[in-house]
Amino acid sequence: MNRDDVLLEVTDLRKVFSVPSGWGKRNREVTAVDGISFRVRRGETWGLIGESGSGKTTTGRMILGLETPTSGSIRFNGEELTGVSRERLRQLRQKIQVVFQDSGSAFNPRLPVGAQVGAPLRRFGLCTGAEAKDKAVDLMEKVGLESSHYDRYIHEFSGGQRQRLGIARALTTDPEFLVLDEPTAALDVSVQAQVLNLLKDLQDERGLTMLLITHHLALVEHMCDSAGVLHHGSFAEQGPVDVLLRTPESAITSALLEAVLEPQAAS
Amino acid sequence: MNTVVEVSSTPGQVSVDPRFGASSRKAKAGRRPSRLILGLRAFGRDKMAVAAAAVLIIVVAAAALAPVLSPYDPVVGDSARRLEGIGSEGHPLGLDGQGRDILSRLIWGARYSLTVAIVPVLAVLPIALLIGLFAGYVQGRVGGVLMRVLDVLFAFPLVLLAIALAAVLGAGLGNVMLAIGISLVPYMARVAYTSTVQESSREYVEAARAGGARTGEILLKELLPNVVSPLLVYATTLCGLMVVLAAGLSFLGVGIVPPTPDWGIMTADGSSVLLEGRAHVATIPGLAILVVALAFNLLGDGLRDALDPRKQTT
Repeated sequence: MNRDDVLLEVTDLRKVFSVPSGWGKRNREVTAVDGISFRVRRGETWGLIGESGSGKTTTGRMILGLETPTSGSIRFNGEELTGVSRERLRQLRQKIQVVFQDSGSAFNPRLPVGAQVGAPLRRFGLCTGAEAKDKAVDLMEKVGLESSHYDRYIHEFSGGQRQRLGIARALTTDPEFLVLDEPTAALDVSVQAQVLNLLKDLQDERGLTMLLITHHLALVEHMCDSAGVLHHGSFAEQGPVDVLLRTPESAITSALLEAVLEPQAAS
Repeated sequence: MNTVVEVSSTPGQVSVDPRFGASSRKAKAGRRPSRLILGLRAFGRDKMAVAAAAVLIIVVAAAALAPVLSPYDPVVGDSARRLEGIGSEGHPLGLDGQGRDILSRLIWGARYSLTVAIVPVLAVLPIALLIGLFAGYVQGRVGGVLMRVLDVLFAFPLVLLAIALAAVLGAGLGNVMLAIGISLVPYMARVAYTSTVQESSREYVEAARAGGARTGEILLKELLPNVVSPLLVYATTLCGLMVVLAAGLSFLGVGIVPPTPDWGIMTADGSSVLLEGRAHVATIPGLAILVVALAFNLLGDGLRDALDPRKQTT
């Protein structure tokens, strides 16, 4: 693999949470992520697969700088993310964005959604207020919403629309890398497909690199080039998706695969 | 070279619904009523709150226009006609133990009762917000110490704390407001702190941080609107409680001093003749206290709906 192709390189990443266990007792330590390494090439979609509690969301949060790793390294575009200053981390957020699982709670209930979609532009001083509004409206239209939705509040939207708003907000600063944390887990199957196709179209158009965090292998097959299966904080296996899904080597991958098998009529 | 044909023949353009077009942006956006109007509509749906607001507006107007409205001097009495009952000639609400017109004293008393109730609550509101937001979001050692100090104050019952403070500070309108204000800090700061902690753990705060927001912006733009609304509702309800508390302080003699026409003092004056068949002297100001306190409570309920974007439907 050519090193220049690698956009994100995670090496031996660990996260240990210290859980208070009451007065006078020593804090219990819980290892959420236990020394994982993987590389995401520019333009590809990398699937981070795992059951709940496997550490996949924590990994995503560390890449986003929302959680500080206990040890290990995260390199983005060749730059080390762990231990950078808060302001540098803030600047890097222009390039690394996130779509949350439930955009219904990821938007402020008391602010109009349009202003929240455009807010990153103002925060990074990328344009004036009026331009930010135009850009936000453009993005909202791009993801299939209407300009009249600008002044509405998040509770006025359906699940699919909320997720579209989340995608629009993630794209405002023209990021290179998108972390998708279970982006369709809260949606109906038909709406899931629409949102996934929207993400794929946007990826082709903008050359986005994406990290898809999910427990659903059908999603991975549809979206990803490579993937890794997390189990209790470390990789059970990783590799190209077609190999991973056709010849699973670990018990956990097989178990996850069986969970998505479609029922078939006997013939 | 026909641009119109070119544009309309582009597949992407044809499929776009005309409503999505840039030209209709302003017109569509203008049709949505402002938040203020939506809030007033949500408020209007709560009939009790509207009635409460009307009562409070009347009381405030009466207090403001006291010199014009009150038929007699509230402190000078006609001792020959003392303790005359409701409906006596020239005095619709009767006269008190010193022959003073109760209606006039009631109108003037609204000034003191409302001032003592509203001013301390309004003054403490920003202080409580500051403490609550800081201690709730930034936390750390300073925030922790701050909240523990407030917890100590919190351990005293509100009324007891106010009585003790008022006794130490001495009587008088300013001192009463100060005593009430200080006693309110732990209560209001606690509410601001609790909702800040609660809101801080919500995903939108994380989303704002991931979107490049600094701590100051998260506090002021993301958290403040969500923290100020419940606090405003609580503050309104507290105003009602403070009318009662202020009257109680006057009643006990650690509040506003006689002969100032305060509702609490009026009740205290009337208590000595209550069992002599002259119940109106204490009952009338007592009812005024009850009505105003209740009105503040109902207003608070209505405010909760008016400030909730989920209730602001078109």
